[in-house]
Amino acid sequence: MELTGAEIFVECLKEEGVDTIFGYPGGAVLFLYDELYKQHDKINHILVRHEQGAVHAAEGYAKATNKPGVALVTSGPGATNAVTGIADAYLDSVPLVVFTGQVPRALIGNDAFQEVDIVGITRPCVKHNFLVTDVNDLATTIKKAFYIASTGRPGPVLVDIPKDITTARCEFHYPKEITMRSYNPTVKGNKRQVRRALDLMLEAKKPVLYTGGGVVLSGAAHQLTELAHELGFPITNTLMGLGGFPSMDKQFIGMLGMHGTYEANNAMHHADLVIAIGARFDDRVTGNIEKFCPYAKIIHVDIDPASISKNVKVDVPIVGDVKSVIIDMLEELRSRSERPDAAALAAWWQQIKEWQGADCLKYNQDVNAAIKAQFVVEKWWEVTNGDAYICSDVGQHQMWAAQYYKFSKPNRWINSGGLGTMGFGLPAAMGVQMAFPEETVACITGDGSIQMCIQELATCLQYHLPIKVISLNNGYLGMVRQWQEFFYQKRYAMSYMEALPDFVKLAEAYGHVGMRIEKVSDVEGALKEALALKDRLVFMDFITERENNVFPMVPAGAGQNEMILV
Amino acid sequence: MRHVISILMENEAGALSRVAGLFSARGYNIESLTVAPTDDATLSRLTVVTRGSDEIVEQIVKQLNKLIDVVKVMDLSQYSHMEREMMFIKVGVEKNTACEAVKRLADIFRGNIIDVSDKTYTIELTGDRSKLDAFVNALKDYRIIEVVRSGSMGIARGEASLHI
Ligand SMILES: Cc1cc2nc3c(=O)[nH]c(=O)nc-3n(C[C@H](O)[C@H](O)[C@H](O)COP(=O)(O)OP(=O)(O)OC[C@H]3O[C@@H](n4cnc5c(N)ncnc54)[C@H](O)[C@@H]3O)c2cc1C
Ligand SMILES: Cc1ncc(C[n+]2csc(CCOP(=O)(O)OP(=O)(O)O)c2C)c(N)n1
Ligand SMILES: [Mg+2]
Repeated sequence: MELTGAEIFVECLKEEGVDTIFGYPGGAVLFLYDELYKQHDKINHILVRHEQGAVHAAEGYAKATNKPGVALVTSGPGATNAVTGIADAYLDSVPLVVFTGQVPRALIGNDAFQEVDIVGITRPCVKHNFLVTDVNDLATTIKKAFYIASTGRPGPVLVDIPKDITTARCEFHYPKEITMRSYNPTVKGNKRQVRRALDLMLEAKKPVLYTGGGVVLSGAAHQLTELAHELGFPITNTLMGLGGFPSMDKQFIGMLGMHGTYEANNAMHHADLVIAIGARFDDRVTGNIEKFCPYAKIIHVDIDPASISKNVKVDVPIVGDVKSVIIDMLEELRSRSERPDAAALAAWWQQIKEWQGADCLKYNQDVNAAIKAQFVVEKWWEVTNGDAYICSDVGQHQMWAAQYYKFSKPNRWINSGGLGTMGFGLPAAMGVQMAFPEETVACITGDGSIQMCIQELATCLQYHLPIKVISLNNGYLGMVRQWQEFFYQKRYAMSYMEALPDFVKLAEAYGHVGMRIEKVSDVEGALKEALALKDRLVFMDFITERENNVFPMVPAGAGQNEMILV
Repeated sequence: MRHVISILMENEAGALSRVAGLFSARGYNIESLTVAPTDDATLSRLTVVTRGSDEIVEQIVKQLNKLIDVVKVMDLSQYSHMEREMMFIKVGVEKNTACEAVKRLADIFRGNIIDVSDKTYTIELTGDRSKLDAFVNALKDYRIIEVVRSGSMGIARGEASLHI
């Protein structure tokens, strides 16, 4: 049967099993919206209040479910508003398919009304993008988009659809499978390399497992836990890898990197073997690359060959999917009679215990003093039994959320690591809450970040999303202020948030519940009260210590073991 | 080191800008770049000449492979290979003496004079980069009006080849 482009668009979404999309209408996508209107029982469209919110919401949905998130925006300003979210998804390897409207084909290149070359604009920050120039290609293009976004190293794919394509007609046929001669990600790791890795693991005296977002993306938390337990090695996670291994496990030595723990960074620095799994040696992790892991051999498992030996030369590269490679490693380990050197490991753990003795995340919460952000996060962890979805914005509060909410499951920690996009948290939480309506979803945010996508509070009302917003209000762009305190002799240039709105009234104006919490003794009660308000969005504005700092900290240019502790 | 990298890619709109964009976005150097369709009309072959340390060139090859439109990449510098570049050069020959001298130089370099006018000769010359450089240099005493160079293209010797 012949269908219009708009009908094909909706059919394709259904074929891909898409149930929820996030978007904002406009001229170029009117036919698409008309078709969504007709089929609203098939696909749930969430109307955001700014296109950046649509893309972050789709990211939140994707990060929580490991399924591709979908966003739909109009041409011109709709498309450019989506760019920040697309770049965010690119840096954090989030599977996303973003549809943008485009002016009719005949007008392309004419500086037509609301025309931008969004394919050109996004080229450096997408995994791939397409401009559909023939309705006959629409279905295959959409199929390819989902395939590319969700396989290999995941990422955002943009499909630009000219308006006249949405009314053109053709026979609809959805390809069941797709093969592309130019795109065949390697899933299975090379057996010989796996054996070499095992050789090194069994010889190591001071090994560390350093695991990242790739574990979460691969759905391999379970396999990783098994491997770590069989080896008995200490394990550290990147910011993106948190939840990939249970934080309460005694082998877990915390996050590493700029705001990582003393024990994790020291273990990396002194290790003789680093086993990197789905982590990309980001500069926030390595610190000064010249001083990084001076004594270690490095094994690196990553699905993207370009991640390997990009920043740090590795000894055993293994290109493949984390889950598949770990399964092979376990099999190889079980087929051998040797086991890791127990005496050496015991001595290594002894050393690590000493570093742990520094208790680097310790803080004092005086009941009569100002509320510390760390305390709020820790209490929230307690009252939610460590089981909530935590979406974060960007800044000091993000680091405290990462340090003090001890994740025990993957896909529950949803934040913007690579691009570090303020404004990510609230819309991401919407995406998560849409995917899991019954779960507790929190947005941990700052007084600066929350104002970057505050308009989404209206979306939350419209769709009854009972997100718990935990604002750690320090009256500063705290992360910026911290750097200015340390490295710019306290010249607080533009990091002071003068004229903050009354967030309680603001929340109420949007139809939600607002609370202001100023006393330490009120923290736990407020959190519990908010939790009890199951079907309401609660905006908790915690007035926190103003000049609190995130520790430990590896200053720029320093080695991993050169941390500022307090 | 100088590397000659050959790329087979989908002959699609935008593919070339992905490659060019990759080089500029990641700060890789491009000495020359040539591209044209192959015997298979769905494929283009692109040759890019770049410079960089082994690590950088390894990253360049990996990043190129990562582009969805790129089907295959070969660093010709790792093989015994041949390189050719083509040049058109238009020279002013107003003086009688110039006519003869330019023609003689073209012959020595095995170039062809492919167009003449009262005042100009246009010579076509193919060779590796240094030969073309030498020819331009040899003509420096004459009035060079235009130089058009194609950029290098390359192919491996013997059995080694880049195909799908
Ligand atoms: C204010 C701020 C402070 C920060 N401080 C820190 C810090 O202290 N410590 C820290 O760690 N980070 C920190 N970050 C985050 C940092 O910028 C990086 O985003 C992060 O370190 C990258 O994490 P990752 O290495 O796990 O890689 P990710 O970005 O999660 O990338 C995943 C890697 O796994 C690979 N991969 C994906 N899927 C698979 C699969 N199926 N199989 C195999 N491999 C796969 C990918 O190719 C990629 O190489 C901070 C960010 C901000 C904004
Ligand atoms: C869109 C964007 N602009 C600027 C920055 C730089 N930046 C990083 S953290 C930060 C301050 C965040 O302030 P706030 O949300 O109040 O969090 P706090 O650090 O105070 O907890 C800024 C401005 C950024 N990451 N993102
Ligand atoms: Mg703040």
